[in-house]
Amino acid sequence: MLTDILQLLIYGILLGSVIALSAVGVSLIFGILRFAHFAHGDLMTAGAYFALFFMTATGASIWLAFPFAVLAAILVALAFDRVVYRRLRRTRPVILLIASIGVAFILRNAVLVIWGPDITVYESGIKPPMRFLGLRIKEDQLIIIIGTVLLVILLSLFLQRTRMGKAMRAMADDPDLARITGIDTDRVILWTWVIGAGLAAAGGVFLALDTRLQPTLGWDILLAIFAATILGGIGKPYGAIAGAMVVGISAELGAGLPGVFGADWSLTSYKPAITFLLMVAMLLWRPQGLVGGRA
Amino acid sequence: MTLLAAEKLRGGYGGADILNGTTLRVGASEIVVIVGPNGAGKSTALKALVGLVSLREGRIIFGDEEVTGLRADQLAARKLCYVPQEKNVFASLTVQENLEMGAFLRRDDFSARMEQIFDLFPVLKERRRQAAGTMSGGQRQMVAIGRALMLEPRLLLLDEPTAGLSPKFTEMIFTKIVEINTMGVAVLMVEQNARDALAIAHRGYVLVMGQNRFEDTGPALAANPEVAHMFLGG
Repeated sequence: MLTDILQLLIYGILLGSVIALSAVGVSLIFGILRFAHFAHGDLMTAGAYFALFFMTATGASIWLAFPFAVLAAILVALAFDRVVYRRLRRTRPVILLIASIGVAFILRNAVLVIWGPDITVYESGIKPPMRFLGLRIKEDQLIIIIGTVLLVILLSLFLQRTRMGKAMRAMADDPDLARITGIDTDRVILWTWVIGAGLAAAGGVFLALDTRLQPTLGWDILLAIFAATILGGIGKPYGAIAGAMVVGISAELGAGLPGVFGADWSLTSYKPAITFLLMVAMLLWRPQGLVGGRA
Repeated sequence: MTLLAAEKLRGGYGGADILNGTTLRVGASEIVVIVGPNGAGKSTALKALVGLVSLREGRIIFGDEEVTGLRADQLAARKLCYVPQEKNVFASLTVQENLEMGAFLRRDDFSARMEQIFDLFPVLKERRRQAAGTMSGGQRQMVAIGRALMLEPRLLLLDEPTAGLSPKFTEMIFTKIVEINTMGVAVLMVEQNARDALAIAHRGYVLVMGQNRFEDTGPALAANPEVAHMFLGG
């Protein structure tokens, strides 16, 4: 029984990792550009398919395709910023939000047109999971968790130690003051997209690796990403990571626990509902996030 | 020598004009104070100088260059730095990071400047790793002034630097302003604590309804019975 719960915990951390990589970007974009980026899930999808494209075009492995996918997703995000979001910078946040829903549609349908609606995988064949103290974990899953930890450490070093990282935090604190101070806000915005889209692509590749590629890959997980962002306190990247773990683990535990306790039914198809309940509860009781006080 | 000359400024936030011909001059090594009743347009005048208010008329000369219509960051690059009254620190950044952000426009080594600011405000050195948002109002004001000083400004604009501070901190901030001035920085500030501010000022302006009402040396304004009657509480 304990083993079963630990196993669910591993799945939770796995899901949490994928959510975390995207939620960080949503949180940074909200902090700096002041709108909820609804195209973030589809940016993940695009990243996942860019990796597939590189693999089929060159025959390379998924790990060689990974940096290509990240780079391509960054370029796509920068292009959309240039063509769509930048023109709307001086308008109200809700207009940017709706524009991002439009961008989400464009991205998802572009994926549909180019790669078709069929579900696919990076590499076919079944790899047996590794076993450790009765727990099962696949090699890919281990790489996903380790990769996420590394990326989060890199992000943290960037935000805490570099001039641009500090400027990003400053602008998230107070965009007007950042402008008055002489911080180059256009460059901060550019870096926000680089980091946000890069991490989204990483999350998309990881998610596709753990499950399967399909055009709604990222859109399906957007609710969980927003829930994590809200849980962490909107605009706080570190909070978003913690929020992602809470969302990932509670979704997996909530779905799997009845089975562990011998129930012959499962809540697996209710994972989004669990996430949704978590988000509503959070908005009702602690809209400022789990940690910190600033609303 | 005149460092800043703002002539006949007219403008506001889009509705009725708040500034109705305000004129301000600051000499290269002066402390100049703007006082006046609430709603006289004192803070608006400062904001107009750094492009945060749209001007319909008037012109602003800084040094030997016309800077009318330039943005606050462009003026900061020209060594005219503005400290807003509220929300003037990056709350989640540490004291040291706030100072580093103040130097964002500098590509040279600014560590000596930071040491100078730590000498000016020793408490900032002690608390360099503390998040600015968790500090007291007086300490936050020091962070805000320190951040503006990182660019080695020739003119510092301060919007009510002692608003909401205890008498002890108010006196302390005024002492520091004099010290900053002796470092060669001209200061133009708006103040509610008119009597104390005029005591350290070389010159002062009294603004009423966005127009200059009186202009004199600090002590002379403080001693002017009409000014005293109007704003200094008898």
